[in-house]
Amino acid sequence: MRNWFKGGEPWIWVTGGAVALCLVAVYAVVWMTAARGLGHWWPAQLVETTVKETDGRVTRLIGEVRDEEEVAVRRLRESGYEIKTDDTYTTRILFKQGNRDVYGVDFRWIPTPLLAEFKYPRDLIAVERHEWGYFFGHLKSVKESGQVVAEGDAAWPEVQKRLKRANDLFDQILSIEKHDIGKVNYQLERLRLKQRKLELKGELTEAVRAQIDAERKTYDEQFAKLQTRLDELRTQNQRDSLTAEVQNGQIIELPFAKIADIIKPNDMNVAQKTAHYFGKLYEFIVDDPREANTEGGIFPAIFGTVMMVLLMSAMVTPLGIMAAVYMREYAKQGPLIRVIRISVNNLAGVPSIVYGVFGLGFFVYFLGGNIDALFFPEAHPAPVFGSPGILWSALTLALLTLPVVIVATEEGLSRVPRSIREGSLALGATKAETLWKTVLPMASPAMMTGLILAIARAAGEVAPLMLVGVVKLAPSLPLDGNFPFLHLERKFMHLGFHIYDVGFQSPNVEAARPLVYATSLLLVIIIVVLNLFAIRLRNRLREKMRGLEGV
Amino acid sequence: MEKIEANITTAGGYTGRRMVKDKLFKYTMVFGGLSVIIAISTIFFYLAGVVAPLFMPAHVEKLNPIAVPATTGQSTVHLATEEQVEIGMRASDQGKITFFDLRTGKPLLEEKAALPAAVKATSFAAGDLRKRAMAFGTEDGRLLILKDDYKVSFTQDPKNPKKDIRSISPFIVYPLGNEALVLDDARQPLRKLAIQNDSQETTAVAETEDGRLLLASYTSESDFSGESVTVQRAALRELTKVQGEISQLLLDVKQRDLYVVHGGRFVSHFDVQDKSAPTLKQTVAVFPEGERITAATLLSGGFSLVVGSDQGNLVQWFQVRDADNVNTLTRIREFKPMAKAIVQIAPEHARKGFMATDAGGGVNLYYATSQRLLSESSTGGDKAVIGGFAPRANAIVLETDKGVIQVAHIENEYPEVSFGALWGKVWYESYEKPDFIWQSAAANSDFEPKFSIAPLTLGTLKAAFYAMLVAVPLAVLGAIFAAYFMSQKMRAVVKPSIEIMEALPTVILGFLAGLWLAPFVDNNLAGTLLALFLLPFSFLITAWIWHRLPHTLTDRVGPGWEAALLIPVVILVVWVAFALGHPMEAALFDGDMPRWVSNELGWTYEQRNSLVVGIAMGFAAIPIIFSIAEDAVFSVPKHLTSGSLALGATPWQTLFNVVLLTASPGIFSAIMVGFGRAIGETMIVLMATGNTAVMDFSIFTGFRTLSANIGVEMPEAAVGSTHYLLLFFSALVLFVFTFFINTLAELVRQRLREKYSSL
Repeated sequence: MRNWFKGGEPWIWVTGGAVALCLVAVYAVVWMTAARGLGHWWPAQLVETTVKETDGRVTRLIGEVRDEEEVAVRRLRESGYEIKTDDTYTTRILFKQGNRDVYGVDFRWIPTPLLAEFKYPRDLIAVERHEWGYFFGHLKSVKESGQVVAEGDAAWPEVQKRLKRANDLFDQILSIEKHDIGKVNYQLERLRLKQRKLELKGELTEAVRAQIDAERKTYDEQFAKLQTRLDELRTQNQRDSLTAEVQNGQIIELPFAKIADIIKPNDMNVAQKTAHYFGKLYEFIVDDPREANTEGGIFPAIFGTVMMVLLMSAMVTPLGIMAAVYMREYAKQGPLIRVIRISVNNLAGVPSIVYGVFGLGFFVYFLGGNIDALFFPEAHPAPVFGSPGILWSALTLALLTLPVVIVATEEGLSRVPRSIREGSLALGATKAETLWKTVLPMASPAMMTGLILAIARAAGEVAPLMLVGVVKLAPSLPLDGNFPFLHLERKFMHLGFHIYDVGFQSPNVEAARPLVYATSLLLVIIIVVLNLFAIRLRNRLREKMRGLEGV
Repeated sequence: MEKIEANITTAGGYTGRRMVKDKLFKYTMVFGGLSVIIAISTIFFYLAGVVAPLFMPAHVEKLNPIAVPATTGQSTVHLATEEQVEIGMRASDQGKITFFDLRTGKPLLEEKAALPAAVKATSFAAGDLRKRAMAFGTEDGRLLILKDDYKVSFTQDPKNPKKDIRSISPFIVYPLGNEALVLDDARQPLRKLAIQNDSQETTAVAETEDGRLLLASYTSESDFSGESVTVQRAALRELTKVQGEISQLLLDVKQRDLYVVHGGRFVSHFDVQDKSAPTLKQTVAVFPEGERITAATLLSGGFSLVVGSDQGNLVQWFQVRDADNVNTLTRIREFKPMAKAIVQIAPEHARKGFMATDAGGGVNLYYATSQRLLSESSTGGDKAVIGGFAPRANAIVLETDKGVIQVAHIENEYPEVSFGALWGKVWYESYEKPDFIWQSAAANSDFEPKFSIAPLTLGTLKAAFYAMLVAVPLAVLGAIFAAYFMSQKMRAVVKPSIEIMEALPTVILGFLAGLWLAPFVDNNLAGTLLALFLLPFSFLITAWIWHRLPHTLTDRVGPGWEAALLIPVVILVVWVAFALGHPMEAALFDGDMPRWVSNELGWTYEQRNSLVVGIAMGFAAIPIIFSIAEDAVFSVPKHLTSGSLALGATPWQTLFNVVLLTASPGIFSAIMVGFGRAIGETMIVLMATGNTAVMDFSIFTGFRTLSANIGVEMPEAAVGSTHYLLLFFSALVLFVFTFFINTLAELVRQRLREKYSSL
């Protein structure tokens, strides 16, 4: 045994244990995000049971079981529950009871000993609403203009039919509100700025003013027309409603105009559930968020992230490659290259929040403020580029990811065998030609690797973005159908910030939690895929270069 | 022949162009290389440039006399300016109010206060400067309250349509009507006076000719048109007599506390919150015997008392609440004394700054919280008898004993900052003792900002410390295994996994730590600690078992697969630890360990604590340390290890005595870089701690780091304010700190690389 210890064998195992622990931790994190994120859209069974309240009453409970955990009985007793057991530990269940507008709270932790047997009545409906979150209850009847048209079993087919109509109308309303009216407003704002600009230049003649007024009038008319159309659609959509009994026995009437989707989760087979699952997944990807981002989709966040990352790539790639080429191909050993290497390392090591502060001060207030003063005096006092926006975010992140591109490119360049360069030079090519025509193309997979890693880094970075351009809810995308189409000054939404914001700033964290897991999963997938791709690309390059070395 | 020549010239031209291109290409690349240096230095110099004004002294222009016609036979009792520092106002002891242009001294409006006919004013008092109320006490025991007010109007500039011309016209209002109010029913002249007036209540304190000290409270109600006011005297009380002659009465803006300066060196504090039952709370001697109080004032907010003596000393006092909830007037701090006897102390309107003038014509600006002497200037020899700040503290106006009014503009944006205020304990208003506090904003307007960087710095170090506690052993040991013992095949799995680990966004780690890990650890505290404790032993035990297993079995798995074999062990141990956790808590800790920690051990326990952050941030710091350390160990020249092994050392002995010794600078550099990462990490800290700035190192409490503080407060800080600059300062501190660490780490690595290549 002493020899065994002296030989160091056990310590090797300890070092191995460190690796094992790291591996377990990484895959546990990925697995947990995946497990929690993927389950979100699977329709959960609706439970009906009773619970013994702290005041002794027994009340009915309808809802989904969201979570279960072991908890000290003592803690429960301290919070007022009366639990008859000698055990120190028991379990408690997190119920999603929905109907926030009716009960005030939609999530409750309830100790298991207080719950009666679980039943799963088939007529329970789960209603996804545009406001106030989910609604659970027993379907009672369907009404048209206040008159009951179907009751009991006949109600369900009627519900589906009318839901389709309501959803169609809702889509039309949304489209007018978002696109058509948005466009008119954009044009009106453009006109206002144009007028102000001319005014400032002193070129606002009567003729021009009349022309602008005429234009404005047409837009105002368009606006009024759209408004009437909207009112019409809204009245039409008010026609139908359904009634349902909720857990406390109240009959609640829900207008179809406020309903996004209805399912009977206890009456669905696996195929229906699967279809529902993918339907929701699709909505998650393509829809806008609702209800302070706790419901609906995350399309704007995906779009914003992609836009920002693309802008950033356009800035960081050339600079990073130039720096790497200089360091590897031109620089001579000496103090300068040492300083550059130290700078690269420092750029990589400076905390990201410092980039945010720098971006806010230098890009947004200093550069942006000056751009505004020079080019957009008409917008004063509203800032154009002088406030956080996607351009500044991209620029800040370009600085932040510069070392990633440099390091990867440099490593690629270092793997290009000397013989290639020498061959090219010997044939009479200049150094630039050698680099441009032979070395760089060979190292291009390394540049790609660097770029991909930079993208992955930027997609997950949040801290600096909080200061230079990300918002919780952007009214419009940075790319749309209004001239000049690409709006670099706009604020945008970002997946990473979305996670922080919804998970920590949202008024109803419990309701938002599944969505945050789903968003996290998406982000993790994007980043892991990008990274694996980069790793493969790099390995392929290494293989290829190794093959060339003998040449 | 011709053709060949033509060819040559084109070739020559072509070559020339190629050369130019070659040069151009080179310069472009040089620019790219230099841009890295440019970027990092721009960041540094920009941040430093923004922060620099914080540490500049206040700039006071030379005091500039302006020609305001002197008032003969009357002395000035009050000097003030309006918001824009265009118009000055002077009140004389006889009730004459003069408004004058602050640049030229030209009188703009002269008005006599609406004192009752043929009644002389005998005393004057100014209320809170932001409310602008003033009062004259009369020889027949009455009181007249008035305010100076300004109307600002804009008219378009006829020459330049873009510009508006601002014109300000002064006037006087009487908030309680222009009838003087009766204060003393005995109609004695009022010798000394103090007042405060707000929309509901007006309080006046006066010393009468026959030495009584009266407290009167008035309530006022204006009718709907706002034109006429009905005023009622709600209470009139005589206060306890104080020793000696009363030299000054000071009433705070909230109309709760009255300070009477009397008997040369004493201050008495009366609680006048209940106007019908004012009580004498305390009398303190501000200065030792032989020294006399010559001036006193309340700083803005009415909480702090600043007192000056005939020897030029300046001290700050305020009430401090003790454990029994009793307030005691306490000496808080002294300021750098002036050369001669203090003549007057004038407070700033909104901040805790003040101006003191001495008998030798010295004019000093001080700031209370930071205990700073901001600037020293002089009237040029004449004693300044009265003066005041402009509302935004961007100018001072003084009158000398020769009756000359002098004005100076001030640049003094960041008086709150001093080395002591940033890093030391400061005794803030309404606190029980000096403390390290970061509190940048509050709802009330007379708030004293508390800018102590110390708790944030400590929080940063605490976060990094716990993260390193988790990360360093795992990453360094893991790197050693991966670089030296691990089989090639396993390497192919481990390296990408570590890269994935590095790529995982910290926002996701923070989210999991805050919303999943923190409640989980809270509910399974014993299990968590048990798992941390059991894991190392489980590795040793597994090693022993493996060692005892028949070699025919163990030889099938080659060396270098220990880590893979340990994966199920890790999972099993963690599972066992959590399964044992609850029974253990039930048996040892009354079924609730966090509660036990706070009740039995008396440690504060927070759900989002350092343990959680340590695990999460350790996770984030592992890959960077791992990669650099692994690289250092891996690139140790092979002939060194082969030699050692050939001489009969075991792999471990070779590693310990040869490899680690050679690679230790690299491992050190890896730890430095990891430490730098942990110092600057924002999202994990932001999400997984409660973000309260505390000054302890307990594992069961949270903290607030510099970076998280920037993330939280930057979006709300007013651009250009002290708060905003201090956040930039925090960023600069982070920058410099990580710069230092990273540079050091890089230098170590460069040295190491050279060493390896020479080996």
